[in-house]
Amino acid sequence: MIERTVRHLYVHLPFCAHRCGYCDFVTISGRARDHSPYIHALLREFELERHVLAPELETVFLGGGTPTFTEPSELGRLLHALPPAAEVTVEANPETVTPELALLLRRGGVTRVSLGAQSFQPKLLEVLERRAGPDAVRRAFYHLRDASFDNISLDLLYGIPGQSASDLDRDLSEVLALEPEHLSCYELEAKPGTRFTYAHGAELTHQAEAMETYFERVVETLTAAGYRWYETANFCLGPHRAAGRDLRARHNLGYWLGRDYLGIGLGAVSTIEGVRRRNTPRLAVYVTALEGGSPPAREVETLDREVRSRERLMLRLRLDEPLLLEPVESAVDHEALGRLVGLGLVRREGSGGRTALTLTPRGRLLGGGVTAELLA
Amino acid sequence: MPQDRIRNFSIVAHIDHGKSTLADRVLELTETVSGRQMRDQLLDSMDLERERGITIKAQAVRVAWKGHQLNLIDTPGHVDFTYEVSRALQACEGALLLVDAAQGLEAQTLANAYLAIENDLEIVPVVNKIDLPQASPDEAAGDLSELIGGSPEDVLRISAKTGDGVDAVLDAIVERIPPPAGVPNAPPRALIFDSSYDQYRGVVAFVRVVDGSFSTREPLRTMALDTRFEAEELGFFSPTMSPTPTLQAGEVGYVITGLKDVSKLRVGDTLTSESRSASEPLPGYKDVKPMVFAGLFPTDSDDYPELRDALEKLKLNDASLVYEPETSQALGFGFRCGFLGLLHMEIVRERLEREFDLDLLVTAPTVAYRVLTKDGAEVEVHNPAEMPSEIERIEEPYIKASVIVPREYVGAVMELCNDRRGAFDHMEYLSEQRVLLLYELPLAEVVIDFYDQLKSRTRGYASFDYDLAGFREGELVRVDVLIAGETVDALSLIAHRANAYPRGKQLVERLREEIPRQMFDVAVQAAIGSRVIARETIKAKRKDVLAKCYGGDITRKRKLLERQKAGKKRMKQVGAVEVPQEAFLAVLNLDGGKR
Repeated sequence: MIERTVRHLYVHLPFCAHRCGYCDFVTISGRARDHSPYIHALLREFELERHVLAPELETVFLGGGTPTFTEPSELGRLLHALPPAAEVTVEANPETVTPELALLLRRGGVTRVSLGAQSFQPKLLEVLERRAGPDAVRRAFYHLRDASFDNISLDLLYGIPGQSASDLDRDLSEVLALEPEHLSCYELEAKPGTRFTYAHGAELTHQAEAMETYFERVVETLTAAGYRWYETANFCLGPHRAAGRDLRARHNLGYWLGRDYLGIGLGAVSTIEGVRRRNTPRLAVYVTALEGGSPPAREVETLDREVRSRERLMLRLRLDEPLLLEPVESAVDHEALGRLVGLGLVRREGSGGRTALTLTPRGRLLGGGVTAELLA
Repeated sequence: MPQDRIRNFSIVAHIDHGKSTLADRVLELTETVSGRQMRDQLLDSMDLERERGITIKAQAVRVAWKGHQLNLIDTPGHVDFTYEVSRALQACEGALLLVDAAQGLEAQTLANAYLAIENDLEIVPVVNKIDLPQASPDEAAGDLSELIGGSPEDVLRISAKTGDGVDAVLDAIVERIPPPAGVPNAPPRALIFDSSYDQYRGVVAFVRVVDGSFSTREPLRTMALDTRFEAEELGFFSPTMSPTPTLQAGEVGYVITGLKDVSKLRVGDTLTSESRSASEPLPGYKDVKPMVFAGLFPTDSDDYPELRDALEKLKLNDASLVYEPETSQALGFGFRCGFLGLLHMEIVRERLEREFDLDLLVTAPTVAYRVLTKDGAEVEVHNPAEMPSEIERIEEPYIKASVIVPREYVGAVMELCNDRRGAFDHMEYLSEQRVLLLYELPLAEVVIDFYDQLKSRTRGYASFDYDLAGFREGELVRVDVLIAGETVDALSLIAHRANAYPRGKQLVERLREEIPRQMFDVAVQAAIGSRVIARETIKAKRKDVLAKCYGGDITRKRKLLERQKAGKKRMKQVGAVEVPQEAFLAVLNLDGGKR
């Protein structure tokens, strides 16, 4: 029996006002009447699983869906029932952020809000089927600041169909003008089977070459503005602009450092002591099981040492800090490593047991391919 | 059977002109096969032959007609097997020259008819398919009589399909074709005109006894290769194997040799008795040499042992197939195989893929080059990658090509032949509509896609045949392809100096399209020696990241990377560059497709 060791908790709130065309997360649109039974079930699952949690949590993360779309009374009930933690993050969509909601979050112990801005160009937001316009994004940001949130992250998407390089530059300067503590920048992926891929897939393929430099552009602009590119797709204010605070997303850092985490809620994933399990993504199945006092149906995957080493390699190389080679040695193709070092994509420092690997800036731009090649 | 009651004949015809159908009718009419046993085109035993409408292996069938023994010796219909055809014809005294009443004479028919005439055979001209609405039997009969000399009235008109006129053909065989004229009491001599392999009984020789007679259990030997064995069984086909104690002068039949190695028994060799040995072999034996070469590689390198076993098995039935192991840095382990010609190559490839369930990568076919090096050594080169660097002179094989084509396509054919470095020899009107064109062409220009081009430029009307015409010196160069500075052996080719640049350019352009972008710039070059004649650059990727990676994504992303890595392992590594097998395939197929 695993007891009281896990320091990271993820809570999934699947409800959204509307499912965006490009989304392939576990989400449920509308259905306000489902919110209360769901929160009820969620708290039951929490009671069943809380024994694995350490007495003091480092992070709690409420992700979605759109957690802030959940009925405010239910959201408030949930926040008060969850244990406190050094970092409590809630994902929010701009159109849901009112002064009241900001206050509710604040009072519920939330320390950090991750705001899904995506873009500041009305035409691109339309392509993405986002409801909030650019003004709503800015307004939401100010409401959060007014509620004295001093750790706000913005999500930005690039590579949107029809997005020109100057559109991207405009988005970046809009973002910088708000001075968020943290930024997540993702290339839009046309995931198979989504409505979006159906509508825009061909166009995206066509533009792929033109958009190839956008990632570099994002990295250059943000680092020049004093942000630290600490993970492949994540940036935080650098030390000299952060007054000594470490503004990296601590919850996500937990994933990238290979720490154990408990996930509760619909489709949520936990990884604890080499076992990864995923809750059912079906709402009725989930709620019914927990109403009857049983844990929800789960997919279970056992991670052997090799797999854990590979994951560690894959995740750690996303970070800007050196990775000690020794613990992941068996996962590394040494011939490939030599080749990649020769190509200036990987930096190898130290020697013997202190040998550490870091991707060079160009290696980070090609991180997926580099990691795939590096895997034994 | 006394020799004056024996008639040995074969049927010379173009593909689809009805040879097999006529053979079937002969079997029926002579009651060799009952109607119930009758299976259409009985003589073509292999599925592949049935599908392609050609006969690869000759067989002989004995039938009885009005107190006579008739032996029908089947011949392969294609140019690649000219030598086999000539041996089969040598076993006969006469031949039916069969022509489709609608199609008229074709180049192959002509070539084989000349071969029959050269062998002093009595030709019985037959126009087939007179039942077809578009048939013009008079025209075809006119062409035929003009070709062999004689009157159009001597030309038989039949429909093998309906059986109309087939009895007259049998009568004509008896009346017009002379009986064998060997010496019955002389030391025995038999011509081996074909062989096949049976997994239980070993090599089976198909023979025509010329002089003397052979008996079961008699110790025998072949005169050219000096292979010795005992005749385990003698017999003939009617149409299934029928054992007989002796085979006598003039007769055709089989000898079960018990030999396990098909290469010990060569078509064209003479069989005699060990104790009553003949002093002189029959004329005409020659060692057939393969002229077309290609590398055969399994697409999955794990299949190499299966490919080796399959080639061994094929070789049992096909002495003309030669192969030796080849290692390519790009394609791994495989075999360099020699074929009599392109059709032979296609047949071997199809049999390997179909009968042995192998997935093959076949390199662009090349020919045998004779190379004189600067230090005076003479070498034969079958693989462009093995072309020596210090060359004094290269000779390449030439062919004499005959093309028969409706006259409106003469220009198109001449243009094609000129493009392929052909030298015009002469042109002749076979009839008002049909023209025979003779060209000398380098075989290398023909092995690639000449036949397809010929067919497409003449809307399928041209027929084509060739004879080897010896080796000639040529201004030939080896073009190498380099990826990131490394020569890719499988892609080297030998080209005429004038074609080297366009072919090199096309190759590198195609490779640029086919090789995925890497994490660094990759130069793709074509070079003659150290001189680069074409160059393309595959630009490095600028980004390649998995955007999001959080708790729920980890398994999925890990599997994605693992798959990516597994994919990389399947690629062929040329230096630091990963080249997918498909890229080689596309480039190699290019030579078969477009030029």
